[in-house]
Amino acid sequence: MTTVPINKTVKKFSLVRALRENRVAQGLFLIFPANLYLFLLIVLPLLLVTGLSFLSRGDYGQVLFIFNPANYARLFNALYGKIMLFSLAVGLGTTLLCLLIGYPMAYYLAHAPSRTRSLLLFLILLPFWTNFIIRIYAWMMILRSGGFLDSILQWAHLTTAPLGLLYSPTAVMIGMVYEFLPFMVLPLYTSLEKIENSLLEAGADLGAPPWKAFLRITLPLSVPGMIAGTILTFIPAMGMFVVSDLLGGAKTILIGNVIRNQFLTARDWPFGSAASMILMLLTMVFTLYYTRKAGFGEELLV
Amino acid sequence: MNSNFAVEFHDVVKTFPTPEGGTVNAVDHVTLEIKHGEFFSFLGPSGCGKTTSLRMMAGFEWPTHGEVIINQKEMGHTPPYLRPVNTVFQSYALFQHMTVFQNIAFGLEMEKVPKPEITRRVGEALEMVKLGGMGRRKPKQLSGGQQQRIALARALVKRPEVLLLDEPLGALDLKLRKEMQLELKALQEQVGITFIYVTHDQEEALTMSNRIAVMNKGKALQIGGAVEIYERPNCRFVADFIGETNFLAGTIKAMTRDRVTVFLNTLNQEITGIWQGDLSVGQTVVVSIRPEKVRLADDDDKEIKDLRGTENLLRGKVVTTAYIGSDTRVVLDLGSGLRMRAWEQNAISTLDPDAYYSAGDAVRIYIPMENTLVLPEDVS
Repeated sequence: MTTVPINKTVKKFSLVRALRENRVAQGLFLIFPANLYLFLLIVLPLLLVTGLSFLSRGDYGQVLFIFNPANYARLFNALYGKIMLFSLAVGLGTTLLCLLIGYPMAYYLAHAPSRTRSLLLFLILLPFWTNFIIRIYAWMMILRSGGFLDSILQWAHLTTAPLGLLYSPTAVMIGMVYEFLPFMVLPLYTSLEKIENSLLEAGADLGAPPWKAFLRITLPLSVPGMIAGTILTFIPAMGMFVVSDLLGGAKTILIGNVIRNQFLTARDWPFGSAASMILMLLTMVFTLYYTRKAGFGEELLV
Repeated sequence: MNSNFAVEFHDVVKTFPTPEGGTVNAVDHVTLEIKHGEFFSFLGPSGCGKTTSLRMMAGFEWPTHGEVIINQKEMGHTPPYLRPVNTVFQSYALFQHMTVFQNIAFGLEMEKVPKPEITRRVGEALEMVKLGGMGRRKPKQLSGGQQQRIALARALVKRPEVLLLDEPLGALDLKLRKEMQLELKALQEQVGITFIYVTHDQEEALTMSNRIAVMNKGKALQIGGAVEIYERPNCRFVADFIGETNFLAGTIKAMTRDRVTVFLNTLNQEITGIWQGDLSVGQTVVVSIRPEKVRLADDDDKEIKDLRGTENLLRGKVVTTAYIGSDTRVVLDLGSGLRMRAWEQNAISTLDPDAYYSAGDAVRIYIPMENTLVLPEDVS
């Protein structure tokens, strides 16, 4: 015997019905705005840059649709190699300094009484109320010969001559650390703040003096914060060009400056794109390597 | 072992600031002595100072006044990592970034115990808490009961002079709690270490402890064995907190060496009971009568067996009854709205409804004098 369902109709596609009945459709619908955002602002530009990096520059700075892998070959010479290495050193140095300075700050924050804590958090975020470039200009005022820093040091008879810090790699490092410190402190604070006091009490109870309890309990439990802070600092530090432009002068050129100049000054977009691709690759390799290692770091620190 | 104590409190006070800007004595002039090998419990409602007392032994808090002595040594400001005690925390406080083995080994590593011995002792500790073979797991992969055992093993592996337990069973379900109570007690007898146990659960304290300190508002009101604090509470709070009881308010009229007569204002009647401690004629007191220590008889019963003639007699009316199997719980009205609870044991098996009390019955209430405890409102 065969039965035919009475209300069996030909199913026409209906968005409303799909959303009501189909879990996959629901998921796709909900994630659509985020996907659109990702596609338009990340995937598409990335594809454009990738494509551009294999094209040629015309005589007037226009882009010619002629396949030209030489853009990459141009990057592999001593000059750009040096810039790459220097950028990498600045990026890693910034990250390391931020970690060394930021950890005690975050630790203090996490252990401060709640009122002091909110005030300090507010102070950490306060600089973001002012434009980034204006803040870097302020550092120019502080660091230039005969500037604020020199005046204070000479007034205190600590130095006699100007230090000449501005337009040097040191000035770039100061500016970079200044800029990225909050990005290190905040994730570190979040993970330190989550560590329950009873864990440290248990450590002490089991015979660990405070410094040992710190090494064996606090430090390993703050590894997630360290990873997050390091990534948030290292990746943007690698692409930074404003700080080196303003505080580094002509001598201190980062890969970020090279890219910016190719797009805005030299008008060689294909070459700038190739440099971008190399920077991205470099950053990616280091970040992946680091996160892989840090994954095991948790156990290494115990 | 000589008469030295494992832990002593000499007039210990711990003062904390209150949010309003004042201060409060979380522990208020407590003096007590805990013997070697004893299972000692601090019992009281939350905020009574029991956990603060324990934390002063562990070294997480320092007394504002008085002395905490562990093994004849005044602890003063000795930090926790130098004290011969270990703690099982209420939250377990296991190190989530370490394996079970590493958790238990932690304390031994701090003592710089050689590696092979650590491996051996951690293995033994795991066996002791019946978690052999679990060493490589992370604490999060274990159940609440298992985590509790890890916390216990982590503290016991150090072979402390004194083990401090801060409501260690609080997070477990009832069945597991009961199991763990017996296991803990057996374990304590096996290892012979002094256990100091903090709980708000009277049954837990009565089941496991050799002696119990009943605390309220920072004071150790009474210290004694389970029988002592139940049968001879020394004040209203202890009688009320341990088990159930009926209170009748009154004034002392006359006293002899072992008997005291109290005039019950509300009932306009005298009642005679036993007493201890500091009482004097004219003092306002409470009379505590446990519901299971009351005998009821129908008002028209001519003859009641087994009466010794020294019972106090009250009269009342049954308000409600509840049959719960082992006994029948009767609520009585003593007149003028005064209620009394009485638990009649169902010693005889019968289906005859007349054998049980029911609402409206007029009854005589016999309370043996030795079951009538006359207590001060507060311990001085």
